[in-house]
Amino acid sequence: MPGRRQGDVPAAGRAGEGQLLTGWGRTAPTRATVALPASADGVDELLGAPGARGVIPRGMGRGYGDAAQNAGGLVVSTQGLAGSVELDSGNGRARVSAGTSLGRLINAVLPRGWFPGVVPGTQFVSIGGAIASDVHGKNHHRDGSFCEHVRSIDLATPGGDRMSLAPGQGASDAFWATAGGMGLTGIALAAELQLRPVSTAYMRVDTTRTADLEHSMGALSDADATAQYTVAWVDLLARGGAFGRGIVTAGEHARPGDLDQTGEAVGITVPPNRRVASVPVVPARTGVLHPTAMRLFNELYFRRAPAEPSRGIEPIWGYFFPLDVVGHWNRLYGRAGLLQYQFVIPEAATPRLIPMVERLVADGVPIYLAVLKRLRDVCGPLGFPIRGWTLALDIPAGAPGLGAALDRLDASVAGCGGRVYLAKDGRLRREFVPVMYPRLDEWRVVRDRLDPGRVMRSDLDRRLSLVAP
Amino acid sequence: MRDAVGRIQSVLLVGGSSEIGLAIVRGLPRVDAAVVCLAGPDRPDMERAADALRQEGVGRVEIVDFDACAVGDQTHVVAAACADEPDVVIIATGYLGDQPTAERDPAAAARIVDINFRGLVPLLVGVAQHLRSQGHGTLVVMSTVAGERPRVANYTYGAAKAGLDTFARGLAASLAGSGVNVVVVRPGFVRTRMTAHLKPAPFSTTPDKVADVVATAIARGSRIVWVPGILRWVMMVLRHLPETLFRRLPG
Repeated sequence: MPGRRQGDVPAAGRAGEGQLLTGWGRTAPTRATVALPASADGVDELLGAPGARGVIPRGMGRGYGDAAQNAGGLVVSTQGLAGSVELDSGNGRARVSAGTSLGRLINAVLPRGWFPGVVPGTQFVSIGGAIASDVHGKNHHRDGSFCEHVRSIDLATPGGDRMSLAPGQGASDAFWATAGGMGLTGIALAAELQLRPVSTAYMRVDTTRTADLEHSMGALSDADATAQYTVAWVDLLARGGAFGRGIVTAGEHARPGDLDQTGEAVGITVPPNRRVASVPVVPARTGVLHPTAMRLFNELYFRRAPAEPSRGIEPIWGYFFPLDVVGHWNRLYGRAGLLQYQFVIPEAATPRLIPMVERLVADGVPIYLAVLKRLRDVCGPLGFPIRGWTLALDIPAGAPGLGAALDRLDASVAGCGGRVYLAKDGRLRREFVPVMYPRLDEWRVVRDRLDPGRVMRSDLDRRLSLVAP
Repeated sequence: MRDAVGRIQSVLLVGGSSEIGLAIVRGLPRVDAAVVCLAGPDRPDMERAADALRQEGVGRVEIVDFDACAVGDQTHVVAAACADEPDVVIIATGYLGDQPTAERDPAAAARIVDINFRGLVPLLVGVAQHLRSQGHGTLVVMSTVAGERPRVANYTYGAAKAGLDTFARGLAASLAGSGVNVVVVRPGFVRTRMTAHLKPAPFSTTPDKVADVVATAIARGSRIVWVPGILRWVMMVLRHLPETLFRRLPG
């Protein structure tokens, strides 16, 4: 395919150029004019002259699907608004520019004893992107999603207004329409975050191996009762009785006493944040991953974990962002790309989770990576989490029969009151959106108030008719 | 928008009653709510095709009158045909004509060139502009192996298709990096209404087979495909065969 080099973040100095863009999944490329404003005034200017096909902000390009693409229109990269972190180390409030990555934020605040309230599975997410997707993390069952730790958002709206949105004040509906609003309410310029005090840059991690999916779910529930951070890696390539075996990890921020080091550190020493390898472009359409090889990988990964429950200390980087050590890992999936199907089903539908996943596997869908987590409700009308179970499944996009198999899963998920995560979506059908997100119309009303001219548009919006029915 | 598994929301078929064109539309992976727009000169045939598509569960079918023989501005035709932001545009207009007649009657020869090539150029220019401005899409152009080396039996048709083929490949080059892909399809003898009165040539194929190949080509971003695939190699040889030998070949 000509010019399939996208999925990368636009480099500085290439503002205003047409570029082919995709999400992290590298599927469905479209061309947009990419602008790289260096200031908030620059953003206002761009929003003032949007062109016929509208505007969408783009952060690090780590969303899997097409949320930060705008075919034929304007994409405003927030990478020119990066790096500013003002921390009040007395109360842990930080004012951060929207293009700043979580990794950069952590590097700025962790040595002074603070850590973001919520982090997702990668540090390469901008603050703006984390707000637009209202990302969740391993502590969701306890601390909720990212925006529950946001005290205010500076939003540039297409009407030319700069708004300061806060969760508890007058126009809090505008705050919650922006949280999880997929960038369709305006362009976030900066945010004030409430950080969490920590006393080391390490995690104390309890690891438990589980025999099958039912045990994985049980162990995860048990871990939720005691630990702040929990997640289960599950093996959905394993056959027979081992289907869904997994590794449940339960973490806490380590205290100085947990560390082996002799002599307490006065400040916090942050361990190195390394990238050990980077994947080159893989020319093969279906990449280098194969179910048999992945099955073997899973076997080794599973056996590497101790058979008996054990406790250890891990640096925060490897604990929270295990895949970040491999640059461009999405290229392993080849030119056809990958998609991540993440869904959540409510607590009441718990017995249906295992049959749903079994059906998907019986349909021949190869699930190379599966992560299980328990969630609770969030505030925003387009917020993804609801109280129940979520599974995030990494699947090669070129897998035969994938469209039909995921359609069937959509129907099951919607049928039991669950939903698919828009931030990762690249293939949901539009008729499911109002079913999965019953507060869609409420969101549309608030969104239209912020952007009456319907300037904010994206490929995700066009595909799913989010802004207008 | 095309989605991550290659499903299509909107298709435009130019040559709206073409058997091959309709087979391609049916063979595309599409969402249930998909829109199909049929553009062509023969409204009753298109109405029938539209009814059939609706029965098969296509969300909405639009019909736009388009006559490749008509002279004048086609801007409004393009605007109407592209109103639903097509993910795939298929140019399947085809008119074989009758070669012996075309050798006696200049108007008959011109008609073959008009329908297969001349009348499509303004449309292609308009459609390409439209796709470029929407930043995504695939343009499928039905060419033929008959355009690769002329034969006595159908050289006017072959010449017109060769013109279309060359134009489409030039368009493909000009659209590189625009988010728009162009697929040139070169089938051999396809058994359809248009060829029902002819004896099938070697390596003949069917509209469904063409549709399969096109669906794969769109998914993979291929630029030129032959149907059946072996014709790529057969034509590579035939192009270099001495004329005296080539003329004696059957079919």
